[in-house]
Amino acid sequence: MRLRLQLGLLFAIASVLVSCQREDRILRQPPPANDILNTIQISGLNPGATSIPTPPSSNMYQESAYAVSEGQKLFEQYNCVGCHAHGGGGIGPPLMDRDWIYGSEPGNIFATIMQGRPNGMPSFRNRIPEYQGWELAAYVRSLAGLLPKGVSPNRPDQMNVKPSESSTSEQKPTGITGVPEQHK
Amino acid sequence: MVSSNETSHLAACKCWPAIPALCLVLLGGFAGERSAFAQKPLILQPTIERNYQPHPYQGQLEGDDGQWVRPAKDYASTRYSSLDQLNASNVKTLKLAFTFSTGMTHGHEAAPLVVNNTMYIVTPFPNNLYALDLTKPGAPMKWVYEPLPTPASQGVACCDVVNRGASYDDGKIYYNTLDNQTVAVDAVTGREVWKTRVGDINKGESMTMAPLVVKGKVLVGNSGGEFGVRGWLTALDGKTGKIVWRAYTAGPDKDVLIGPRFKPFYPQDRGQDLGVKTWPPDSWKIGGGTVWGWISYDPQLNLIYYGTANPGPWDAEARPGDNKFTSGIFARDPDTGEAVWFYQFSPHDLYDYDAVNENILLDLPINGQNRKVLVHPDRNGYVYVMDRTTGEVLSANVFAPITTSRGVDLKTGQLQYVEEKRPITGKVVQGLCPASPGAKDWQPSAFSPRTGLLYIPHNHLCMDEEDLTPNYIAGTPYVGANVRMYDGPGGYGGEFTAWDPIEGKVVWTNQDHFPVWSGALVTAGDIVFYGTLDGWFKAVDAHSGTLLWQFKTGSGIIGQPTTYKGPDGKQYVAILSGVGGWAGAIVAGGLDARDESAALGFANAMKDLPHYTNKGGMLYVFALP
Repeated sequence: MRLRLQLGLLFAIASVLVSCQREDRILRQPPPANDILNTIQISGLNPGATSIPTPPSSNMYQESAYAVSEGQKLFEQYNCVGCHAHGGGGIGPPLMDRDWIYGSEPGNIFATIMQGRPNGMPSFRNRIPEYQGWELAAYVRSLAGLLPKGVSPNRPDQMNVKPSESSTSEQKPTGITGVPEQHK
Repeated sequence: MVSSNETSHLAACKCWPAIPALCLVLLGGFAGERSAFAQKPLILQPTIERNYQPHPYQGQLEGDDGQWVRPAKDYASTRYSSLDQLNASNVKTLKLAFTFSTGMTHGHEAAPLVVNNTMYIVTPFPNNLYALDLTKPGAPMKWVYEPLPTPASQGVACCDVVNRGASYDDGKIYYNTLDNQTVAVDAVTGREVWKTRVGDINKGESMTMAPLVVKGKVLVGNSGGEFGVRGWLTALDGKTGKIVWRAYTAGPDKDVLIGPRFKPFYPQDRGQDLGVKTWPPDSWKIGGGTVWGWISYDPQLNLIYYGTANPGPWDAEARPGDNKFTSGIFARDPDTGEAVWFYQFSPHDLYDYDAVNENILLDLPINGQNRKVLVHPDRNGYVYVMDRTTGEVLSANVFAPITTSRGVDLKTGQLQYVEEKRPITGKVVQGLCPASPGAKDWQPSAFSPRTGLLYIPHNHLCMDEEDLTPNYIAGTPYVGANVRMYDGPGGYGGEFTAWDPIEGKVVWTNQDHFPVWSGALVTAGDIVFYGTLDGWFKAVDAHSGTLLWQFKTGSGIIGQPTTYKGPDGKQYVAILSGVGGWAGAIVAGGLDARDESAALGFANAMKDLPHYTNKGGMLYVFALP
């Protein structure tokens, strides 16, 4: 009985702690370390390579519901929505499917936003501050179900046009992922 | 007089009549609610002409040499061919003569041209121009001209990277590239004669329309109404490529080329600098009104006619005022560009109702009087018949379901908007018909002098819309709306309609599961050709609409059929297949329709298109065996 109580208490405390972190606002905005950018590649072919630098599996923006929700707002404000709609695409490709032309890692998405891409993706460097680029990258990943459900937005503030990000099942991306596929 | 016919409510909402009654009972005491609910949901439907009598055209058409030198065939934009080898009895034996792959996977909207036994095809981005030799078996390629537009221009093309084709004049093929260059190519050698940059992708501009060449001037306009572009029509010297004049759609009179000759028929279009005064300060500079559709020309009156696109952004609360001179039609002098009259189909447009659709120039008996008219099937759902000398609206009749307006007041020329259907920022307004691609988008109609009928490929779509406050960033979309489209009443997305322009009624109509996004062609053999988004190329009887022949092409059809007399004396029919455009973007762009707002809401109405067709551009040319 006592053990059960202790366990329950422990669980409650853990839940509170976890949700604390989920709701953490990132007040100082240190961009993820440069070594993430150094691991970005948009080809899966590495001639002669025996070991490939692996990007960190996450960064603080990817674990923060606050950052993702900021990214959601920015997605509207910077008119990303005008081309990619709410993930289904239009002028630009869809972002909610499993196909990632230039990679699905946060660093790849960040680089795509900042550098632009040849077939119409504008370069937003000097327009979007770096920390907002990371927030956008986090939100874009949530569209495709690449973030834990806990940090993905639950419902839109606007006309409901698609299943919510948090209900989008987690997907395994195809194409370039930033991590080349290893031999099975 | 309000020209409309109120009939039943949305067929899909059979429960509707009960709701107002119930609300009246529940809210008996609240006068406000009563008036809001007491009104029957209004839907205008076209009138069917029950006892149609064929009335062949009494006017004159341009001579026909069996070639096809501009997309609309003639300056009057009839898309009628006097070739009559193909007719209702032999068309069923029509066979494939030759094909040609463009190697491209975006929407193919261009009309194949035929000049001096050579066929010319413009592809979607990267806008290659192919010349095919019709004198040799299988029509081998003579040459290809590659303008190499910047790939970045694909990022400012609102609705797939299409091109609507070229025009031939004086030994040259003229067309526009997506990255805003007008090019002149030697029709014999394929060498570039000149190339002029007329717009800037970093302002959101692109070019997709087919030029019209009038008296040695190449008339071109820009696209980008969803990017806060400032619309214009520009005349270039056909010999040198130098800009002769440019007429902006909005702005001060001097920019719009409004001067002493400007005499609009209706008082609301008269006044100084209306292109500035009917906008919030400076909004006209990013207010759209692009010129991406069709131009017609009357050599006797020496006037060109063209429509202007929607005002931007879609969120209408951001731009109080009539937003002149968007969503309307200009008559201009092609020599100087001077405006002669203007009429606004959709003042202060609320629904993306561009007015860029084709204007067919005819001489028709209207109310017992022979009038020089233009016939214009507009996105807002009405076919307008206007006096083309003065700009007076003679009739405006419903050709597809309408809930957004109650008719056109023929005294004042004003469209009667339905207040309850006005999109509001932050509120979802439902049941808006036509949807934003309109009752009819760019897909051009054809007119037969033999039947006197206009053959209109069109949409049958409605939508829900929620407006949002947009943020202008040059070179990115400037829309401010969430949209979800769906099939209109009856649950189908498109129609191909034979329309009596004198009576203003439907003679026959063929329903289609999808919007009919291809152009139309009608011939002296009384056959009408058109294509469907699922890839069927069809020949139907011009009198009845009965299907006479069809061929399943490799991809959905959004091109413009043309016909010509080959060097062997046979009549050929050509069509580009290759799905895309706004309607087919779901396939061409691989969109994900779980998001109903994809492709500005069009993807929702086209959810099942990927099950019917795949992308891939191919020319198909047919003849009798």
